[in-house]
Amino acid sequence: MQIIRLIEGQPATDIDVWTRIDDGEPLPEYAPTMVSLARWRSGRNDLVRRNVAVGVRLASHETLEGLAGDLERLDLIALDFPNLNDGRHFTTARLLRERHGYRGEIRATGQVLRDQLFAMARCGFDSFDLQAHQSAESAREAFSEISVVFQPAADGRTAAHAIRTGGAGAHFSAS
Amino acid sequence: MYAYDTLDRTFVAQRTAQFREQVRRRLANELSEDEFKPLRLRNGLYLQLHAYMLRVAIPYGLVSADQLRALARIARRYDRGYGHFTTRQNIQFNWISLKDAPDILNDLAAVEMHAVQTSGNCIRNITTDQFAGVAADEIEDPRPWAEIIRQWSTNHPEFSFLPRKFKVAVTGSASDRSAMRVHDIGVRLVRGIDGAIGFEIWVGGGLGRTPMIAQLLRGFLPKEHLLGYLEAVLRVYNVEGRRDNLYKSRIKILVSTLGIERFRDLVEAEWTLTSGPGLRLETAGIARMQSHFRAPPYADMPGRSREFEAKRLEDSAFARWAKANLFPHKQPGYAAVTISLKPIGGVPGDLTAAQMDAVASLADAYSLGEIRVTHRQNLVLAHVPQDRLHDLWRALDALDLATPNLSRATDIIACPGMDYCGLATARSIPVAQRLSERLAALDEQYDLDQLSINISGCVNSCSHHHVGHIGILGLEKGGAESYQVTLGGSSAEDAAVGRIIGPGFGAEDVVDAVETILITYLGQREDSERFLDTVRRVGQDPFRRALYKQP
Repeated sequence: MQIIRLIEGQPATDIDVWTRIDDGEPLPEYAPTMVSLARWRSGRNDLVRRNVAVGVRLASHETLEGLAGDLERLDLIALDFPNLNDGRHFTTARLLRERHGYRGEIRATGQVLRDQLFAMARCGFDSFDLQAHQSAESAREAFSEISVVFQPAADGRTAAHAIRTGGAGAHFSAS
Repeated sequence: MYAYDTLDRTFVAQRTAQFREQVRRRLANELSEDEFKPLRLRNGLYLQLHAYMLRVAIPYGLVSADQLRALARIARRYDRGYGHFTTRQNIQFNWISLKDAPDILNDLAAVEMHAVQTSGNCIRNITTDQFAGVAADEIEDPRPWAEIIRQWSTNHPEFSFLPRKFKVAVTGSASDRSAMRVHDIGVRLVRGIDGAIGFEIWVGGGLGRTPMIAQLLRGFLPKEHLLGYLEAVLRVYNVEGRRDNLYKSRIKILVSTLGIERFRDLVEAEWTLTSGPGLRLETAGIARMQSHFRAPPYADMPGRSREFEAKRLEDSAFARWAKANLFPHKQPGYAAVTISLKPIGGVPGDLTAAQMDAVASLADAYSLGEIRVTHRQNLVLAHVPQDRLHDLWRALDALDLATPNLSRATDIIACPGMDYCGLATARSIPVAQRLSERLAALDEQYDLDQLSINISGCVNSCSHHHVGHIGILGLEKGGAESYQVTLGGSSAEDAAVGRIIGPGFGAEDVVDAVETILITYLGQREDSERFLDTVRRVGQDPFRRALYKQP
């Protein structure tokens, strides 16, 4: 399966190496493994002991509460969008980058649409599990349609008001 | 007024190109209607009963003469020759075709306008007092702050998919002409204990089917923290707001469920963590924004114009208009003029393209080329020398724009209702028209000042009927229109939700009912007591007895 990934801010198409393991399923021996928050909580020790990359996926109603101390053990956090209107994980992604300094991969999964990619990238997402019917080529263009931003976010871009007052760089930075 | 720089121009051009491409993909069926809907909404495009409607943003209601002329061209070229001003100081065009929308946005961009975030579940147009910058009772001009908030909220990546729409109003005066307390967030400039100016932050106002008046969230917020604090409020809402029920998704429901204390705790906790340097407003940046709104070059004039006083004495029609439609200006010798868009029997808030062009010319000639839209769906020329009021009045009268009814019984606020809107359950415009015709004589005889009648065609209450002194809500009951009447609402500093007087009235009877209410008021009022105060003093009983023929 293909995903869109931002590499140094530039979008590229990439192969998805992660295996999504459902709650009852046995863990694979080697493959990078993505589990639910519940599975992470109940099987944390087993997952860490394997010495294989681990990712956790959060449903749209799940937050980072209780997860902050585990972040450095997680290579990926997948944030799920169940429908077009549920924007809670835009906040989750910003908190991960700006408050918790998370440097791993933040992936958008579920109802991920081309025209949301720019906002997602600004909030700190760097990989996107695009809906199957969407064109990857068109999706890559979505990141460069708008070059002016009016507020600081997780992507480190300088907001218009800071450019005007010469305060460039006084902002949060993702990396 | 605010003038775009390269950054603003680039953004609007890019956003317009982006939407053009989205429309192309929709028309080519690369985007489903479900996928397209949130995109078109955040660009102001609604699908109504007969056509698309485009709502154009007029930030805090301020528009230049050239911009108004551009709106007239759009009305002629893409609509049926008119536009409709809304209760959020915007303008909407009701007869738009989808394929034209990108061209319209292009035309708007050419005059530094757009339709960004006039709809959808995002932060909407920021509104304010129509007399901002000229009102004598103002602590400070709210417009620079409205513009600062507008820019921060523009294409905000975190708050583009909120649980529901989000409306912010800013006021700089103790008299609230912005309906601040029926907004999701109300911002009021206040003077703190040490004399420094900052903000009161109000939260959780809103109308719809569960009307609520905003509560005080923070009594004093230093200026530099405005955006950090708003970001904290929005973040708490984005995470905690309900998404399972459309009617329970506004921030007012969250605030009332948690209680204001608990909500405040969440916001303050979030704010301590978010108030990083990126959102702190620097003095230089604030001053820079304020310089866009500096007072225009007024002429030195005496406070009382002899010319104006003389004309008032010799021309009673002018005197009546001057009594109703003028607002005192802080600059001696000037007045702020309200142009009523409520001609007797007309459609509230509508203006033809020809009238738009004419008003633009009058603004150039009499009021420094600037026009304001009020949340009561009227227009304001804010800087008219008193010496020239009579000339202006004659010009307005020739355009059928000199109705002397500001804040009177016929200054009715009405939503588009079933004549246009897909959500409506009843008509509002024809009711407004018949009411206007019926009440005109009563108004002229008794000068029913400071009266607000608001008519909504469904529970979404776009005309704010809950806070009308007399509110009328059109519902559908057993296949017929039924109009429910409330008394005692207010959207001003004494904000209150009106109470239902009794069973609803049919489309024919509601006009009689309102007339009965006003006649009852005239019998009950003491001296020149305004309607709202009479209702508050005597309660609903006298009105109920008169309406339902009870002993």
